[in-house]
Amino acid sequence: MIGALILRDLRRGLAGAAWLPVAFFLLVATLVPFAVGPDAQLLARIGPGALWIAALTAALLPIERLIEPDRADGVLDQLALHGVADETTAVAKIAAHWLSFGPLLFIAAFPAAVLLGIDPAALKRLLLSIWIGTPGLAALAVAVAALTAGLPRAGSIAGLLLLPVAVPLLIFAAAFCGDGSNQALALEAAISILLLAGAPFVTAAAIRAART
Amino acid sequence: MTLLRFEDVSLHRGGRLLFEGVSFVLGAGERLQVTGQNGVGKSSLIRLAAGLLREASGRIERSPLALADDNVAVDRELTLKQALSFWDGSVGTAMEALGIACLAEVPVRLLSSGQLKRSTLARVAASDAKLWLLDEPLNALDGDGAERLSRIIDAHLTAGGAVLAASHQAIAGEWPKLELGA
Repeated sequence: MIGALILRDLRRGLAGAAWLPVAFFLLVATLVPFAVGPDAQLLARIGPGALWIAALTAALLPIERLIEPDRADGVLDQLALHGVADETTAVAKIAAHWLSFGPLLFIAAFPAAVLLGIDPAALKRLLLSIWIGTPGLAALAVAVAALTAGLPRAGSIAGLLLLPVAVPLLIFAAAFCGDGSNQALALEAAISILLLAGAPFVTAAAIRAART
Repeated sequence: MTLLRFEDVSLHRGGRLLFEGVSFVLGAGERLQVTGQNGVGKSSLIRLAAGLLREASGRIERSPLALADDNVAVDRELTLKQALSFWDGSVGTAMEALGIACLAEVPVRLLSSGQLKRSTLARVAASDAKLWLLDEPLNALDGDGAERLSRIIDAHLTAGGAVLAASHQAIAGEWPKLELGA
């Protein structure tokens, strides 16, 4: 059942607006040179950090369709009745969300790096930090989506919930992109793992609490 | 064989006591209709029986079950057959029984509310659960749909299943009643 659920969510994610967060990410990358001016050195220095901010805000876009449609339509109830633990549902949703979001963001980082004049060595670090950080970001997005499911204006509340919790991820990802310190990378990975480990339980508890 | 047992069950919703002291046993081949006015807790009792709500006191024993309520739980962008197959592999017979086999290749988003109701009933009929929980099964069904519903219920009971239905309408057949709020 979990494989079928991941495939289903992935199909829905890609059939929906999977390109939207990526387009948004590239749009923000385009805005940065306009905002700070065409100083190539400055752009290359702040580029990876700016792209990480773009990635965080892009991660907010799909939040409202991660959990809420399935909650409203009774899919979460039926999964529970079919013997799927809410935690398993959460893991499947995190996996599917990452698959529809992480790899596309990874690819979009190439044109974005060109736009900001990021050199190949820094691009390599940026890609590695995206590879390691996006699973944690996907887990956080699913947990926040479950916590805000069914609320009016869930999208804006989700932003207020997600962005502060994502700050440690941003700090260490940007630090690694900046100077290539392995400690920063290890800490980014640690936070990503922490989010991945905790999110299924938060998500499942939120799903259960939303059952009325 | 007991498929569902309520022992002195009470339920709170939103800080308010909805009902208390509800006891009944549903065994193989038995049916029970929960009746009562709007808002008396029929749907809540069904969700409680399904294990989707927690009882405030009392004890509930349940065997594997299938639930049909107002939530369709089928993906709108798929064809009906694909969407139903997500839940159970062999849906052909059930779709035949509910008279929606001809809709197999139609996208779910194009279906009418009566056809969606038949689909949720087909999802229950296709499951191998012994216990069926039906919340307002007659809503949106036409005469033919209601007739088909009573036929699959009869077949399910004959096969050793049990049905707990909540409805304020009369369902065809001999239904022992459990009146809430009486």
